[in-house]
Amino acid sequence: MFRYFIRRLGGAIPTLFLITAASFFLMRLAPGGPFDKERRLPREIEENLRRAYHLDEPLWRQFLRYLNGLLHGDMGPSFKYKDHSVAELIAGGFPTSMQLGGAAILLALLIGLFLGIAAAFRQNSLVDYTASGTSLVGIAIPSFVIAPICTLVFGLYLGWTPVGGWGGFTHAILPVVVLCLPVIAAVTRLIRASMIEVLNSNFIRTARAKGMPERITLTRHAIRAALLPVVSYLGPAIANTITGSIIVEQIFSIPGIGRYFVQAATDRDYTLVMGVTIFYGAIIISCNLLADLCYGFLDPKVRYD
Amino acid sequence: MNVAPAPLPTIAVQPEITGRSLWSDARRRFLRNRAAIFGSIVLLIMAIGCFGAPYFGLRSPAEINWDRISAPPFWWPVPSEKAPGPAAAPQAEAPQVQDTDAAGGYDISQFQQQQQEQEQAQPAATAPADTGRYWFGTDENGRDLFVRTLYGGQVSITVGLVATFVSLVIGIMWGAAAGFAGGWLDGFMMRIVDILYSLPFIFFVIMLTVVFGRHIVLIYVAIGAVSWLDMARIVRGQTLSLKRKEFIEAARAAGVSNWGIIRKHIIPNSLGPVIVYVMLTVPAVILTESFISYLGMGVQEPQSSWGTLIADGVHAMQVAPWQLLFPSLFLAITLVCLNFLGDGLRDALDPKDR
Amino acid sequence: MIRKWGFVAAMAVVAMLGIQIAHAETVLRLGNGDEPETLDPAKSETVVSFNILQDAFEGLVMFGPKGEVAPGTAEKWEISDDGKTYTFHLRTNAKWSNGDPVTANDFVSSWHRALDPKTNSPYAYYLDVVQGVHDFRTGKNTDANSIGIKAIDDHTVQIALNEPTPYFLSMLRLSVTYPTPKAVVDKFGDQWIKPGNIVSNGAYMVSEWTPNASVTLVKNPHYYDASKVKIDKVVYYPISDEAEELKRYKAGELDITYSDVAPDQIPALKKSNPKELRIYPYFGTYYYAFNTRKKPFDNPKLRRALSMAIDRDLITKKITLGGEIPAYGFVPPGVAGYTPQKTDFASMRQQQRVAEAKKIMKELGYSESNPLKLEILYNTSDKHKKIAIAIQDMWKQIGIDVTLTNAEFKVVRDRAHKGDFDVLRVGWIGDYVDPTTFTDIGLSDSEQNDAKYNNPKFDELERGQAKIADTKKRFAHIQAAERILLKDLPNMPIYYYVSPRMVSLKVKNWNPSPLDYHPTRWLSLSEK
Repeated sequence: MFRYFIRRLGGAIPTLFLITAASFFLMRLAPGGPFDKERRLPREIEENLRRAYHLDEPLWRQFLRYLNGLLHGDMGPSFKYKDHSVAELIAGGFPTSMQLGGAAILLALLIGLFLGIAAAFRQNSLVDYTASGTSLVGIAIPSFVIAPICTLVFGLYLGWTPVGGWGGFTHAILPVVVLCLPVIAAVTRLIRASMIEVLNSNFIRTARAKGMPERITLTRHAIRAALLPVVSYLGPAIANTITGSIIVEQIFSIPGIGRYFVQAATDRDYTLVMGVTIFYGAIIISCNLLADLCYGFLDPKVRYD
Repeated sequence: MNVAPAPLPTIAVQPEITGRSLWSDARRRFLRNRAAIFGSIVLLIMAIGCFGAPYFGLRSPAEINWDRISAPPFWWPVPSEKAPGPAAAPQAEAPQVQDTDAAGGYDISQFQQQQQEQEQAQPAATAPADTGRYWFGTDENGRDLFVRTLYGGQVSITVGLVATFVSLVIGIMWGAAAGFAGGWLDGFMMRIVDILYSLPFIFFVIMLTVVFGRHIVLIYVAIGAVSWLDMARIVRGQTLSLKRKEFIEAARAAGVSNWGIIRKHIIPNSLGPVIVYVMLTVPAVILTESFISYLGMGVQEPQSSWGTLIADGVHAMQVAPWQLLFPSLFLAITLVCLNFLGDGLRDALDPKDR
Repeated sequence: MIRKWGFVAAMAVVAMLGIQIAHAETVLRLGNGDEPETLDPAKSETVVSFNILQDAFEGLVMFGPKGEVAPGTAEKWEISDDGKTYTFHLRTNAKWSNGDPVTANDFVSSWHRALDPKTNSPYAYYLDVVQGVHDFRTGKNTDANSIGIKAIDDHTVQIALNEPTPYFLSMLRLSVTYPTPKAVVDKFGDQWIKPGNIVSNGAYMVSEWTPNASVTLVKNPHYYDASKVKIDKVVYYPISDEAEELKRYKAGELDITYSDVAPDQIPALKKSNPKELRIYPYFGTYYYAFNTRKKPFDNPKLRRALSMAIDRDLITKKITLGGEIPAYGFVPPGVAGYTPQKTDFASMRQQQRVAEAKKIMKELGYSESNPLKLEILYNTSDKHKKIAIAIQDMWKQIGIDVTLTNAEFKVVRDRAHKGDFDVLRVGWIGDYVDPTTFTDIGLSDSEQNDAKYNNPKFDELERGQAKIADTKKRFAHIQAAERILLKDLPNMPIYYYVSPRMVSLKVKNWNPSPLDYHPTRWLSLSEK
């Protein structure tokens, strides 16, 4: 397993390189550039800016320049936020996104696993319908609808939480709820489905037949085996949630990095796009690696070869 | 909404179903499931309503009624209008500013004078007013929301179907192949998935439009391209665990080909999570479409989709809730019915549950 | 409600007893739309960063309480008879926030810095009216001293212009002209604007800056007029979602909103919060540009028909709803001494206009079987979309087959630059209060001339005005130029902007300001 881990880490480097290269050239195909603004710049000023950011060089040279910077730990200055480097922006926003996303994932796992497992055990009971209903809400109502409804009801009408902004615990409640709803929905439904399957499978029947105490059957075998699809889902889901969401950040005015994934792209802020893409790539690779390692823990039969 | 593959030649897999086809068995079980049947019927009605809308003699989705801007549905309970108080026009209170500094001086009275002229002007009606009923009210341009919701369903249902299809076909094949093959091939295939996850989606969509021009099909391609990734990971996870199971070893010992094992054992045994995941994919892609349209690469006005209607409705939530309510309701009903259908299919196809 | 009345009663008691309430810190909380792209006055280019900079820094002159030109660091000035030389006398007590005096050399050195091509200021061209600036900023002349700004002594700055530019004072309010602390800039380089490093000369100074969360300014104790600055602290929140901003305002989390109140909210707010909803004129024009280089839009007759077919009253009364004014001219009303110009069809009734538009279309050979097909290109926005849908419908009335295309902002600009469009949505807000900030758009070499309009006669008139020192004669000249624009209609004006925002009743002395700038130093806060 350790060797597998090391091999995967080694594999991460070419993967990251391909992500970097593909994004770099993909991005430059898009029409418009960082200096196309509401007010068109006079030609000489625009040329001057392009020179300053080396945009006048051939693309391959710009790419090598960028790679060289990356190797020295320099992701360059942001084109849009002129006073900040890309590294500063990511380092400044990520802790916030991580806190919110982390809390949302933990909460979603707690609630989702509980609801899903309870629903699987009491199929077609009230618990089951409640769980299905809750998760349907999470699936069917998009966060860009739930979030403004939350700010309207809990922020403005009831006044239980602030409408927006970032400060204390109360500011985090609504965003965490909005972030975790879809995850709850997915986890509940995935665990319910696979739990029902596991409970009907031969090895649980055998365990039960052997007279193994129900609790041990459940914890040692059933839940473990049923967690597999949840783990597969959680790899990318964790990566997505801890890197923030533009919807949640814009609606609640939260200083995270989720907004950059969209804003930097629409601003053609090339360096920031590359920065967040590589950062996200590294996180998704790590999360998927962790998920793969979990398989072996959940199901001893999974081999790392 | 038939997501089940076409019936395949039956081969006895497990002793107890000898002589009965897996698929005809499934069909029988499915038809006994009332929720699933109900869901299918509602979905069918929905699809007929949306795709048949042009033939029902409704208003055109682009028709503007200037006298009915943001009008509620005709049956909507309208709160009794309070007697208009002394509503002072705010601009009337604006103090007269006369900047005496001739250079760069501003004279607000010119503006106020034109404002008064405008208030007296009577806008001309561009077309004879339509005094008909609006079932779902109108949008902020005075267009029939009922018609727009039906037409919007065409795009959204198609996007949902295409994305589901892509994620089923590519996702399952890719995941099962990677998990089953293992080793470097698994590593290679899953790294491709990692790369596709990380590529900036916006630029991917932009690139498509740059290379192929602007076309509605591109939405399907763009959404399809990302919708199968999660599915591939889930199926691969299941496969990793399944491929060491006794019955697979047995099949292998019996000389069943790799492809046969994948098709007859791996895929049917991963169906539970797969169907659940399809149910999660459909709403996600329907809403992704609205994001692509926001970027200007999806549907263009006066075309609509549920995603864009909902996004517009959110803005009007406080003043014209029906603009959010009805498109959301259509989306929600579709998703709920899809879930009934999905659960029914899962129960029907589950090889263990009988 | 009861609590509110209780509070009012308590206040009344306090007032009656004449008790002075202990001075508590007064904080003004402002919505500010977006994260500022920079806090460096030389590099700033958006309203968002400018709003903050006008509080932190102070130029020779500033925006007064009513948006007029008010003395800033210069307490008085003289203009030479030919209108080409300005002499500014700085206040002797003007100080930086670290206590150093603000001297004439600070202005000279910061102009040198801002205009240096190495600084990459996107606004450097703005000062081209000053002698030597164009050559210096384009690198043709590397001697900074060739620029027409000189320090006569510690407290006197003299600026020499190429032409008499009557709106020059009005221009001096923008941030690229602000002084920057040379010693601090030299010491910290690009990092000088970070809190802790930054030193400024305005009524406020930057104390905290968390990107995408807030920028906090506190009162500058060394400010020459510090005793008259009533608000202790200003917090700018970058809130990009206008609906959420309004909610935060209603929940009492903000004192003034930044984004235009959404049209659908305006009728409701006029009833519920009539005194807080402030709708003031905003010096700008919303228009559609025709691609005059592309057939058939090169034909002024067609452009006239298209322009006539639009019912501007419907757009302002049914869609924008803020009391915008239908525009039949290009320069918004309000320039003192300038007579607003209108197209000849302004006085016609809409039915007549449509009838005539139909006639022109027929003359040009369009018919039901051979309709004109065109595309309206606009950047993604709720308001632009609604207006485009309305115009599509209006043009349909005269038999035109209209396609709507929304795209990301950058794509729209890219297509505009390449001339790859039929009809393009544009909006323009004046930089200073002068008609030329609008009419200049028609110049054949103007960067903002999206229509690619080229009329030598117009160019000659428009360029000629710069040499005229007498305002009356100059305006007559510009009016003639605007009439050409309105006859040729390369750009089809739709409406003149207003700025609808919510201002808390606590905020005092918040007045209409044509460019919509409201420096905090003029404002005060009081309980309702």
